[in-house]
Amino acid sequence: MRYVDELRDPKLAHALSSRIRAATTRPWTIMEVCGGQTHTLARYGLEELLPEGITIVHGPGCPVCVTPAAVIDRAVAIACTAGVVLHTYGDMLRVPASHGDLLAARSRGADVRVVLSPLEAVEAARLDPSREHVFFSVGFETTAPAAAAAVELAEALGLERFSVLAAHVRVPPVLEVLLGDPRTRIDGLLAAGHVCTVMGTGEYAPIAARHRLPIVVTGFEPIDLLEGIARTIEQLEAGRSEVEIQYARAVRPEGSAGARGAIERVFEVADRPFRGLGEVPAGGLVLRDRFARFDATRRIAVEVASAEPDTRCRAGEVLRGLLRPLDCPELGKGCTPEHPLGAPMVSSEGACAAYHRHRARKELPR
Amino acid sequence: MCLALPGRIEARMDGPNGLPFARVRFGAITQDVCLSFVPDAAVGDYVIVHVGFAIQRLDTVEAERTLALAAAPATKSPSEDANSRATGGAKPEGAS
Repeated sequence: MRYVDELRDPKLAHALSSRIRAATTRPWTIMEVCGGQTHTLARYGLEELLPEGITIVHGPGCPVCVTPAAVIDRAVAIACTAGVVLHTYGDMLRVPASHGDLLAARSRGADVRVVLSPLEAVEAARLDPSREHVFFSVGFETTAPAAAAAVELAEALGLERFSVLAAHVRVPPVLEVLLGDPRTRIDGLLAAGHVCTVMGTGEYAPIAARHRLPIVVTGFEPIDLLEGIARTIEQLEAGRSEVEIQYARAVRPEGSAGARGAIERVFEVADRPFRGLGEVPAGGLVLRDRFARFDATRRIAVEVASAEPDTRCRAGEVLRGLLRPLDCPELGKGCTPEHPLGAPMVSSEGACAAYHRHRARKELPR
Repeated sequence: MCLALPGRIEARMDGPNGLPFARVRFGAITQDVCLSFVPDAAVGDYVIVHVGFAIQRLDTVEAERTLALAAAPATKSPSEDANSRATGGAKPEGAS
């Protein structure tokens, strides 16, 4: 595939490895905050191409992982309500919640359907007005425009029985919480490429300045990650703390006007609890009052009784970059993809799942 | 959740309620994608697709630049580089 395969060229990867080695004179710790980047690092064994002393830490870049159990409990309760069809992205199905996950709800008879796009849920609602259709929308800013478009389309179509259970989260406020935590020790940051495709880079300059942190907006293929790491290290070695864009083919400083406009029209910023991190001020997006009739939280009354999470799960530490998944005593033992203790083991973007899946590999092919 | 892929627009058509759509090719497969966020995208353009929507056009010049320059170390600071691109080489005020 064009613009993908070339970014996986092993010769270029090794050239970048040499560039990184040439630039590095001191130990540095770099955090990435997108689950897609975590998986590329693990799948291609990219950390083995880095010199000793460069540590890559995985932050809370998995929106599924940071969705509180209470939100999933609400989705389960809504799905189990008579006459409701719950449409969801596939990676939410097996995230553990207080009383079982959405997959368990489906096996008990709830109508839970996996969709690849919110437009499928709108179409289902259009074709079947006899039931209440709810689209469960989780994600960072990358995914919010699609949910916004679905709400606007539902309004334009005059749908009476469609709503969105929206649990969207925003990256810059999460970064502020992490960086404000004295336990966090990172020198540089790889910003999430597709979040910035949508939002642009404007929110990151104050973070770079306030925390003296180079921030390199990075893509998702191996060459992207290695180049992002190289540019971060080169800034650190030169004492700079600027925002720059490695993923320039997909990221403009101003973002994507159409996508940002959709978010702005439909959502507003609100405080949001994050699983494993606590409350994040301005960390979430909620539907504006104008769209209240499309807001499943306001539209469908359910009883939600959330229980304490399994304390063996250390997702909170993993999401803050304080615990490497390989160092967790439960990885592969008490916690597996089949029987996950927490969300990072379930989600396609979770750090724990990435390391569990790829830790059998020994070496990148030469 | 942030997984998005670049694909090439093969054809444009109308979708539900008059929304602009495109048939986008990703290697061997094609998918119908909503273009409401990039309404000016044309046949032949590459777009970044996420959950059934094109969220941005792919800048093919920048893509080539990434491949050509990735292995070379940065020779100047990114802000100097961006300024020189923006001003056509003239130094910004205050730069040494």
